[in-house]
Amino acid sequence: MHDLECVNLTRVFGRHRAVNDVSFTVPRGSFFSILGPSGCGKTTLMRMIAGFETPDSGDIRIKGKSVLDVPPNRRSVKMVFQHLALFPMMNVGENIAYGLKCRGESRSEIARKVEDVLARIGLPGVAEKQVAQLSGGQKQRIAIARCMVLEPDVLLLDEPLGALDLKLREQMKIELKLLQHQFNTTFLYITHDQSEALVMSDTVAVMNAGRFEQIGTPKELYNQPGSGFVAGFVGDTNRWAGRVTGVNGDEARIALDQGPEIIARQGATLAAGCRAEVFIRPETLSLAPIEGANQVSGTVDSLLFNGANSRILLRSGERLIEIAQGVMDATTPVARGDSVTASFRPTHALAFPAPEAG
Amino acid sequence: MKSSDASRLTLILLFTPFALWIILLVILPQIGVGWLSLREKLGPREYAFGFGNYLDFFREPIYWNTLLRTAWISVLVTILALFIGFPVAWYIAKIARQRSRAALFLMCLIPLWVSDLVRAFGWILLLRETGIISGALQWAGLSSGPVELLYNDITVVIGMVYTVVLFMIVPLVSTLDGMDNALLEAGYNLGGSRLTVFRRIVIPYAMPGIVAGCIITFMLAAGSYLTPILLGGKNSMWFTEQIYEQFVTRYNWESGATFGVLLLVFTSGVVWLGLRLTGQNLASTVAKE
Repeated sequence: MHDLECVNLTRVFGRHRAVNDVSFTVPRGSFFSILGPSGCGKTTLMRMIAGFETPDSGDIRIKGKSVLDVPPNRRSVKMVFQHLALFPMMNVGENIAYGLKCRGESRSEIARKVEDVLARIGLPGVAEKQVAQLSGGQKQRIAIARCMVLEPDVLLLDEPLGALDLKLREQMKIELKLLQHQFNTTFLYITHDQSEALVMSDTVAVMNAGRFEQIGTPKELYNQPGSGFVAGFVGDTNRWAGRVTGVNGDEARIALDQGPEIIARQGATLAAGCRAEVFIRPETLSLAPIEGANQVSGTVDSLLFNGANSRILLRSGERLIEIAQGVMDATTPVARGDSVTASFRPTHALAFPAPEAG
Repeated sequence: MKSSDASRLTLILLFTPFALWIILLVILPQIGVGWLSLREKLGPREYAFGFGNYLDFFREPIYWNTLLRTAWISVLVTILALFIGFPVAWYIAKIARQRSRAALFLMCLIPLWVSDLVRAFGWILLLRETGIISGALQWAGLSSGPVELLYNDITVVIGMVYTVVLFMIVPLVSTLDGMDNALLEAGYNLGGSRLTVFRRIVIPYAMPGIVAGCIITFMLAAGSYLTPILLGGKNSMWFTEQIYEQFVTRYNWESGATFGVLLLVFTSGVVWLGLRLTGQNLASTVAKE
């Protein structure tokens, strides 16, 4: 059975379709992320599930039952807000007890549950502290505990890591995943940060302009993107525009606007003569020659050192090409200004029809 | 060295007007009034020091009854201003759109452009026997003769609420404005009803604003003079009126000063009691965080 099911959800603001005919199901106990740029409608979608917005059409089902008529305070969906929204006038224990008190549980039961959940998130004994005394990561965990103590069917998380600094964010990604395992509750996570979505999720839905572009595992999205948007949004990539000159099986011959002509794999069906976009990940571009591969030549514009994410920027015509292979291990030592040729296999170049202009 | 000298000079320059203001206009007159209140008049140009003036006050029921009446009507005005001001402040801070917010705020301020006196006369035009409301009632056939709506306690209370409600709205708007809407949504999301969210989240959050507003409105009400006199008439039994009478009509400065000190002490006591009852302290109200 699915914990959460959305069927043809639509929400319109004036003439703008914020959420446009979105359907998906989230299996019990899984970590489901909705990934999209800001303004793509993901927050509206989450607010509809929480009950703060009413869909114009479609249905939301939790454990198989429609919740459209259930007010937000009765839904078994709890939410971790972007800025956490911990109550500043209550201490940590009171924050966690708030929901239990609303439910009318007994004093001793509340005390036991608060203590229990604090132990589970690894912060025993902070119940008497004020919220302002906690660190960013601790606040995060308290916000999750405040929801989890109510044993919801689904926990919604609205970009909760956005306010943290980078180091803590990396740490919290792992911690969130562990917490999700520990509570074994369905997490619906909203983010615009692809690395958060890829690292933590079982399933990711990529959202754009109110629609779901693709739903899949992080690996599928990265290796077999279903559209040009997904290919460009998930992971780093080089994006080149060109025109299809010929089609052969699942391969296509494409004349890039800035040259040369290359062979690429079709991500979606292409016809000869139409405009296309080719996506090539930096790690598939190599400065070492590859037999039977596409080649692009240019001059080294700059070397960007960033540990494992180091890049060579190759200037070829007007474009800058990002190359990740052979940067760190110095298999192909290059210096600024060198003329080099980069190779990539046709299977690593994915071509999609170019989006309509305008 | 030089920079510390300069900063010290800046501090002195900034502090001087403030110190002068406090000393010349607040502390000195208060000391003068306090000193005057302890001076008993024995005969022409013959004085002695003692608490006689204070004893006189407590011996005469009309005096302390007036003070109690003033305090209790002021408390009533404060409570009414809170009940009227809170929804207005809520609307301005939380419901109105960003653009109309400034306009609404300005509309609250407009009455202040007119003096107290003119505003009180406005009420008189409306409420007197030959006034607009009385006329309208007769015209509609709801009343056979002219109706006098002035010179009673209800009119005084209404008039005072009207004068002070703005001073309740302003601090409330500023505290409610600082409240993240996510707090309310979190309150609902975690299972709270409207009442629970209001009682456990909105009120505690707005408490500093509520207390600040209540202190200002109470002090303004208890110290007001024009509105109770003009709307309540000569017999409105307002304590500031007694003070005025002692100073001006009877030329009994000693007694007037005593009343002044008593009004200050008594209203401060009421404020202190209010703070104690609501579990707030002045520091947290004035400077939050």
